[in-house]
Amino acid sequence: MSVSPATPITLAPDSRWTHHRTVGFGYLTISTVAVGVGTVLSLLMRLHLSWPAWSLPLHGPILPEEYLGLVTMHGTLMLFFVLTVAPQSGFGNLILPAQIGARHMAFPRLNAASMWLTGLAFLILLTAFFVPGGSPISGWTAYPPLSATALAGPGQGEGMDVWLAAIALFSVASTLGAINTLTTIVKLRGEGMSWTRLPLTVWGWFTAALLSVLAFSVLLAALAMLFCDRHLQSSFFVPGGDLVNGVLLQHRGDGSPLLWLHLFWFFGHPEVYIAILPGMGLTSMVLANFAHRRVFAYRLMIATTLLIGLLGILVWGHHMFVAGLNPFAGSAFALSSMAIALPASAKVLSWLATIWRSRPQLTTPMLFALGFVSLFIAGGLTGPILAQPILDEYLHNTFFVVAHFHLIMAMAGVFGLFCATYYWFPLIFGKMLSERLGKLHFWGTILGAYATFLPMHLTGLAGEPRQYAQLTGVPGPAGQLLQTTLPLQNHITYAALFLACAQLPFLLNLGLTLRSRLRASQNPWSATTMEWAPQATDELTAHRDPCHYAEDGVLFLGQWEPDATSALPPE
Amino acid sequence: MHFTQGIANGLRFWHLPVDASRHGPALDAHLLLNLWIALSLLALAHLILLAGLAFRRRASRPVHTLLLEYIPLAALTLLFALLAARAQQLWAAQRYTGASPAAMQVEVTGMQFAWYFRYPGVDAAFGETRPSLVAPGEGNPLGLDQTDRHSGDDLVTSQLVLPAGREVDLALRSQDVIHGFAVPEMRLKQNAVPGQTAHIHFTPTQPGSYAILCTQLCGLGHYRMQATVRVLPPAEFDVWLQAQEAATGKRGQP
Amino acid sequence: MPPIVTPPEIERRHKVHESDNGSGRRPPTDKRTGGNGEGDSDNWNDRPQGRRGPRERLSQVRMGVFFGLFAVLMFFIAIVSAFFVTRASGHFDAYSRYVNEWLPTTIPSILWLNTAVLILSSASAEMARRSMFREEDVMDEWIGLSRRTSQRATAWLTLTLGLGVLFLAGQWVAWDQLAAQHVFFKSNPSSHFFYLITVAHAVHLFVGVGALIAALIGLRRSHQIASRQIFVDATVWYWHAMGLLWLFLFALLEFGQ
Repeated sequence: MSVSPATPITLAPDSRWTHHRTVGFGYLTISTVAVGVGTVLSLLMRLHLSWPAWSLPLHGPILPEEYLGLVTMHGTLMLFFVLTVAPQSGFGNLILPAQIGARHMAFPRLNAASMWLTGLAFLILLTAFFVPGGSPISGWTAYPPLSATALAGPGQGEGMDVWLAAIALFSVASTLGAINTLTTIVKLRGEGMSWTRLPLTVWGWFTAALLSVLAFSVLLAALAMLFCDRHLQSSFFVPGGDLVNGVLLQHRGDGSPLLWLHLFWFFGHPEVYIAILPGMGLTSMVLANFAHRRVFAYRLMIATTLLIGLLGILVWGHHMFVAGLNPFAGSAFALSSMAIALPASAKVLSWLATIWRSRPQLTTPMLFALGFVSLFIAGGLTGPILAQPILDEYLHNTFFVVAHFHLIMAMAGVFGLFCATYYWFPLIFGKMLSERLGKLHFWGTILGAYATFLPMHLTGLAGEPRQYAQLTGVPGPAGQLLQTTLPLQNHITYAALFLACAQLPFLLNLGLTLRSRLRASQNPWSATTMEWAPQATDELTAHRDPCHYAEDGVLFLGQWEPDATSALPPE
Repeated sequence: MHFTQGIANGLRFWHLPVDASRHGPALDAHLLLNLWIALSLLALAHLILLAGLAFRRRASRPVHTLLLEYIPLAALTLLFALLAARAQQLWAAQRYTGASPAAMQVEVTGMQFAWYFRYPGVDAAFGETRPSLVAPGEGNPLGLDQTDRHSGDDLVTSQLVLPAGREVDLALRSQDVIHGFAVPEMRLKQNAVPGQTAHIHFTPTQPGSYAILCTQLCGLGHYRMQATVRVLPPAEFDVWLQAQEAATGKRGQP
Repeated sequence: MPPIVTPPEIERRHKVHESDNGSGRRPPTDKRTGGNGEGDSDNWNDRPQGRRGPRERLSQVRMGVFFGLFAVLMFFIAIVSAFFVTRASGHFDAYSRYVNEWLPTTIPSILWLNTAVLILSSASAEMARRSMFREEDVMDEWIGLSRRTSQRATAWLTLTLGLGVLFLAGQWVAWDQLAAQHVFFKSNPSSHFFYLITVAHAVHLFVGVGALIAALIGLRRSHQIASRQIFVDATVWYWHAMGLLWLFLFALLEFGQ
């Protein structure tokens, strides 16, 4: 085994435009801009809910249609351009080839094309703010007939068309990216990297890519049909005799809005698993890394990843319990939705067992991985509640649901992204992010997360619906019900502002570290997965599965080390 | 007594509003059970997490996958199965069968951005409606076809008035986009989808005024698409209904 | 420095779990697909087992095409399920009668001819593909003796291209015929699906025509026979898939309405 080189090998950015790291950085750039815009939108929403008369500088008070436009764009940006792009395409492209011992992704030019297509989709989506009528107001779920005709509301004309075009392009780009990921993992693994030696992060990417290939095409088909309804007077989703805004729609035939719900949620549920699976895999690996332990029940973790993927295709009806489905269908979907709690629980048990009595190093990536576990448990436990139709009858489309998916996706999912950033930063840039600022970032974010999203459960239980542009000025008993939730909503607004400010240490950290000259060592975390090897991994053989740590908690054996007797000590 | 007091305390702790329907208490009991279980599991999991981090490092021993994974998983499976079974029981009771034939029929129509309610009148039949006849400005928001003999005695209101203690069957319809008909204090929710009619049935038990909210994003006025359920004691309801029917009769329909 | 010692229990458990005979794991075998290769035995380039040879490249591209076709399949599955749902659903009309407005669209008979043309085009495409892998010709071409594989493939592919364009023209004629009978996209739910399905398929076939043109260009300009094989192979598999898909869609439209 050769001596470590003088300067550590890093997965530094590359100048070639088809290089997978360039593509990965492109994706991460898109996600970073998207998360910034999406966060600003959510803060505007919170400020308006708490102070409806507040006037936005250079704009004036936020009108109800503008509020709904914020809701729609916030959901669309965060779900598609942050949570689907960053973990899967962003970090996947950066790290996957090195982690499996491949030199590059399977189809580099196709890879670059998908990235640019995603960027184009992003730019097109942003123009929705500026077209006449403004951004669409039908939410990221775009239920027809609200989304099927421009008559249904402001922003449903050009804004909706722009949204359709952007998401259709995004679907194509995601499918192409997933094809690349799948072919790379199946065919380009390096020497010795068998399926059971793959890190769980790779299993997460693999399953998410399988789901992408399956689900985005269905969304594209639904978007095509919605486009036809909007512009060619078809009636896939528009029922006969629909009277919108005083105009009787002349679409021939009698479509069903429920058809859209089925198609959309057949895509929509796998979509949220695409968002979370890579983070779950990374969490297992990072916990094991810093606990200096093996992942507990490794093969079971592979099985649960695949099982969550499979079951994720079978549960879409739990978004439709009160939408007009046959009640027997509700029971069937309730069964599959409850079932998916089991592989998820198995993962949580594995995480807890991996760190049990391990006295781990509480570095920033480790903290974020632990935060992922905590938020996943908090958000996940309300899943089985919502999976029971009789309870969903009360809780559907209330803030209870908003709390559930924000804790899991917005917080746990984002914690996965922060964990990945802190963890792989030294590998990519050769420098370590400051631990002090990192810990400050972690504590501010997790406290802010719980402070913001836990109270939402209570306002939802009080009956408060979501996507309401205003909680004040509503007459009658309904207005009184909404008024009772106002104090909690104000608290949530303050917490959300705190949560946003808690990200400032992270930005400061990035800026300061990128400008510093201090260099990190080759493998500062004592990691065992291939990307940390001291030379290009496509020239190395994987000799064992990951996470071989000695009992003293200090010595370790990377996957690339030839055999047990000649390993170097950790640096 | 303790049980109902426990329920009442639970409702207060968890910010649930009072419930005024016959099926509500069973639903509330199950919801509270789920919430307490979720909270306990949350606390337990975090205790284990923090304990695992706090204690001294222990040498890893032969792996007890059975003990640490499969037995807890089996326990959780049993727990979720029991909760799901009870939920299925409640769901079936609420939804699998329709209202009894003696239930009062009321039609609910949602439109951007109001709810209208229609009573069938003395003939117990709803008149025909046509989208082409919709004229809210002329007092015909539902597009009632006055040439239909059943339309004459139909009573259209913007408040849902119901007698306490009698089962009511709501026929939910929508004129334009999907709306969500929700009465939190009756633990009731169902989408009104244009092009189809959804039926839900329940029995209000407590007189009072309760909120109706729209819970499916329907456009600009989604947040203010509200109405009121007024539950009256049966005698008062009869008085109200007779007064309304008299007023309708005065409009001169044969 | 002391060696790393793997604790005995973990070591033992490992061996039991992974049937490790101590000599390290065998790398994953490449699946030999297509061509005339015989597993590992003709590793006559003496390359290390790995992912860099032409055969590996071919199987990667095939896998990419496979996943892409799976995505296309899901797209059409979504539309076809909507087809079945819409066909079977009705609504209550103004007189409270449950009616179903689905009126089957009569398929212009030219579609039978188009189907035959597409089947023929698949046959010619397959001839092109096989000629790329015939071993004696490949050897000759690789050495530089002749361009027989590329020439044969070019001929067959050109025929395929012609037939494909003929199919698309025939589809256009079918749409024209329907329009002449005043059956438009928006006429009836069944015509919604007829046009949506045939147009979506035609768009995908148009992509296939583009791929055929790219393959023909590649046959002329690409310098490596391995790349030429890949161009043709990927295009032809895609073409076959579109043909097979058309057979199913045509059967659906002809008999399933």
